[in-house]
Amino acid sequence: MDEYFDFEKPVAEIERTIEKLKNLSPEKGNMADEIAELQKKCMVLREDVYSHLSPWQMVQIARHPQRPVLQDYISMIFSDFVELHGDRRFSDDEALIGGFARLNRQPVMLIGHNKGKNIDQNIRRNFAQPRPEGYRKALRLMQLAEKYKLPIISFVDTQGAFPGLDGEERGVAEAIARNLTEMARLETPIIVVITGEGGSGGALGIAVGDVILMLSYSVYSVISAEGCASILWRDASYAPQAATALKITAPSQLELGVVDEIINEPLGGAHRDPEATASEIKRVLLKQLKKVTDYSTSKLLSRRFEKFSNMGKFNK
Amino acid sequence: MPWFTKNKIETEQKPTKEDIWVRCESCNAHIFKEDWYSNLKVCPKCNYHAKLTAFERVEQIIDSDTFKEMFESITPCDPLHFVYNKGSYSDKVNDARIKTKLNEAVVTGIGKIDEVAVAVAIMDFRFLGGSLGSGTGEKILLMSNYAYSHRIPFLIFSASGGARMHEGTLSLMQMAKTCAGIARLNEKKIPYISILTDPTTGGVSASFAMVGDINIAEPGALVGFAGRRVIEQTIKQKLPENFQTAEYFLEHGFIDMIVERKNLKKTLKQILSYCTR
Repeated sequence: MDEYFDFEKPVAEIERTIEKLKNLSPEKGNMADEIAELQKKCMVLREDVYSHLSPWQMVQIARHPQRPVLQDYISMIFSDFVELHGDRRFSDDEALIGGFARLNRQPVMLIGHNKGKNIDQNIRRNFAQPRPEGYRKALRLMQLAEKYKLPIISFVDTQGAFPGLDGEERGVAEAIARNLTEMARLETPIIVVITGEGGSGGALGIAVGDVILMLSYSVYSVISAEGCASILWRDASYAPQAATALKITAPSQLELGVVDEIINEPLGGAHRDPEATASEIKRVLLKQLKKVTDYSTSKLLSRRFEKFSNMGKFNK
Repeated sequence: MPWFTKNKIETEQKPTKEDIWVRCESCNAHIFKEDWYSNLKVCPKCNYHAKLTAFERVEQIIDSDTFKEMFESITPCDPLHFVYNKGSYSDKVNDARIKTKLNEAVVTGIGKIDEVAVAVAIMDFRFLGGSLGSGTGEKILLMSNYAYSHRIPFLIFSASGGARMHEGTLSLMQMAKTCAGIARLNEKKIPYISILTDPTTGGVSASFAMVGDINIAEPGALVGFAGRRVIEQTIKQKLPENFQTAEYFLEHGFIDMIVERKNLKKTLKQILSYCTR
């Protein structure tokens, strides 16, 4: 059963009516017209609702419990995935996983935040909020990719790094900082896809790349809207206002020059049609991969350095 | 002259309490202002290392008359047109510029430490909590690029609450941008020394501050990634007393040494003698 947000209620109502009508009449004949009419109406309504989403509503879609997660994309986009475990320092963090995979015939190193689909999975995977081990494992795999000349594809979907005692103790700040420093000079192409929540430093820790892509209903932010609201507005209930002020939506990020391309999701969000979303991601990945694998290593690195050097806006 | 005006002028000329005493923020002791400054803004009673302005730091660390400020005109714009119920970012920036007489939260330039030429970036907490915004990141990158092309050591003195929210992801990107600069220094084997002062937290701790060849911290400095309250609310446990201090990170292996302010220049000189032969 699909879950709906408040702003989706009119859509949900029509969809339910359509379902009812379908189930009601065994002799579909006279109902078909009515159903078709409603479906048309529903389409229009959907388009209207989803083309006027507020940034805060985008956040809700990006966090939708049925939104496809990394494991869905692995099975729908890639083949022959070989997961590799452990940071060789402390442990294996299931919140951030990675391994070899094939994109069509092209072998790649795939890493990504690993949200779960149910509570058991999410407890094991810590709701995709990595500890330092996750970032160190990711770096290990990326260096392996460099050694074997495999392009890196990084899927970003996290609220942020886990804010816990153990993470601080084992240097989550250092782990993220190290990744930012090393990823800047890794001698292999890196393509980043923000698929859901691009939460602050915990996202950025695997999001330095040659191409940064963003799904159309995903968000990217320096701080969670709730966190920003509780600091600046001194009240977390101002999160919707903070979400607007922070300009966290994909079109804003494209405009700010933080991302290079938006990958379109089906109307209403990726969870409405995961296969269509996955095939669109795959199409864009293949296109971008072709581009970045054409560059010589020195060209690749100088482009990457330039790209990040140019980020930011200020007065001289 | 009417008697009340005359009287007022006389009281204004009298030295006030604030002219003579400084109250230590940490132990509340009252310290003679003269002693406070001659002790480099370190409390003689509790050893609290109070925050320095960027130029006070220059004075303490860089050989006199050798500091040349660079990129000082860079200043924030308001890329998101950020407003909230308590004001707007552009007003905040204007206030900070007037209050601090700085254009950004970091002062950058070149100078000498005991005759050794260095490039430095010194953060100033008074400017929007030393937050890392686009201009801050740009100045740090330009300075590290200068160190790169002139092959001189680069030093950053951090004092920051983290990334600047009001510039959104553009601030977040400064973490990657500054680290990209550090990465190039590593490639060319140019020394980079990070000095963590109170406070060095959030996005600054998770970028350039933690990846020094040598990480030095001042005693008692607050260092950490996530906010203490956020952690307490998340894990619902009491946190150790020295949690997220320089001493805590020394103990856990993320800082090479804790150096008292009075010894900092001497220590930097000593370290530079090993990495600039």
